[in-house]
Amino acid sequence: MADDLWIIGASMTPFGRFPDRDVIDLAATAALDALDDASATIAEMQTLAVGCLTEAPNMLGQRLQKQIGQTGIPVYNVANACATGATAVRTALLTLKAGEADMALAVGVEQMGKMGLLGSAGRARPEPAGYEPSGRYGSVMPVEGILGTQLMPGVFAQAGMEYAYEHDGVGFEQFAKVAEKNHAHSALNPLAQYRKVFSLEEVMGAEMVAYPNTLLMCCPTGDGAAAVVVCTGTKLKTLDPGVRRRAVKISASVLTSDPYVESDTAQPDVSTLTKRAAAQAYEQAGLGPSDLDLVELHDCFATAELIHYENLQLCEPGGAGDFIDRRAPWRDGTTPVNVSGGLISKGHPIGATGVANLYEVATHLRGEAGDRQIEGARVGLTHVIGLGSACGVHILERATS
Amino acid sequence: MTEAPRRVPVVDYLSLDGAGGPVLRANACTACGALFFDRRNACARCGAREFEHRPLGTTGTVRAFTIVKRAAPNVPVPYVSAVVALDGGGVVKANIRDVEPDPAQVTLGMRVALTTFTCGTDVEGTEAVAFGFAPAT
Repeated sequence: MADDLWIIGASMTPFGRFPDRDVIDLAATAALDALDDASATIAEMQTLAVGCLTEAPNMLGQRLQKQIGQTGIPVYNVANACATGATAVRTALLTLKAGEADMALAVGVEQMGKMGLLGSAGRARPEPAGYEPSGRYGSVMPVEGILGTQLMPGVFAQAGMEYAYEHDGVGFEQFAKVAEKNHAHSALNPLAQYRKVFSLEEVMGAEMVAYPNTLLMCCPTGDGAAAVVVCTGTKLKTLDPGVRRRAVKISASVLTSDPYVESDTAQPDVSTLTKRAAAQAYEQAGLGPSDLDLVELHDCFATAELIHYENLQLCEPGGAGDFIDRRAPWRDGTTPVNVSGGLISKGHPIGATGVANLYEVATHLRGEAGDRQIEGARVGLTHVIGLGSACGVHILERATS
Repeated sequence: MTEAPRRVPVVDYLSLDGAGGPVLRANACTACGALFFDRRNACARCGAREFEHRPLGTTGTVRAFTIVKRAAPNVPVPYVSAVVALDGGGVVKANIRDVEPDPAQVTLGMRVALTTFTCGTDVEGTEAVAFGFAPAT
């Protein structure tokens, strides 16, 4: 029988904008904090996985080692769009499952600064002087804005609107209520990039970016890092009682990509792979959605969170609008979702996100979440989506002793 | 006498010279019928490697839309982007034209028809022609 997998150390830096630090500082802070949290040293880590969308091609993992310990262990530099952090954790877990390590470190980090909501796509692209077909679509010029939008705010807006087309009771107001909730939740989280409460009217009245997503319904860009120390159940038995008592069990770890669907020709489908990942995760864990005490899911835009209520089976089929209308995902509701403030207000430094949501859930399961603690939390789920697409789902459980 | 300007499609899956007017043309997998607009190596659905060009329907239904208000400086806003399911198969993204960019004017499930428009002119005077959809009666 396969060995259990555990988180014994978890950390995250505050999310925000830290122009005086570099990406290695951020990664090192999270890594060292996670090692301290696990009462472990870098010398005990047998593998290292570092997720960073922008710096993975530049040997960031090895550059991190040169600050915190060059022990010669295998390093995996990981990039998988917005699922980068979860994929780094999963990479570390695979080395445990393969028997190549019994303790490993996974770090997620990104330094985005004020790159703007649209990133590099927000800058003007020169039109070619002469029209020559190029690329896989034989296009003669950039087609963003000419053949619809493929930028994130619009893609996720259309994903939400497709759900609204297929189901009753979903509209601008339901999407806006998601952001109202996450902004309110973030006020309790000292690590969040923003901690300001907004009324539903303020959310709906903010600058429209891509209907129905207003500026307050879009995640910000920012800097931050998170890290976890993971180990096998066999290794855990040899560790100090203080470490074992705070250990959090990884009951499911799943990564999916998007299977073929007809609408792929228009835009990536973010729902099917999430549904598959959730179903696999519940089966792995032997748990169901009703067992969840909290969920951290990928609310890159408010429209995305709403459709993931259904994709993760948190609501009845077609019931996502009703789910938010009756405040079920608020921190005092039946299934608290994004009590950290979510990507919308806690922030979304891309590589850090999938590790930071493990930190968040683990912290609640340990009963150490302070003002935002979900009392008595025993089981939690984390979810991230990288557009293109990759979906990571993890289910964590409090240690039973 | 002035010569009509040369016109090229903005993407190669838009055909301007069809007998019945402009039409979108997909690469259809000969094994399973899956439709693609890009150059293909093999079929994403079944793995087969043979394709044929297939003209698609010119009418369809809006399955999703957004009204884009923030974009790169050289992209005029606001505009309506939509996911359109074509009658007879095929799903495509394009702008909805000839409609106010206002959520009260665009509706989910609205019927639309293919339309074309000039989206640019290069230094030699060649016009690039793009496609969009307009409300159909």
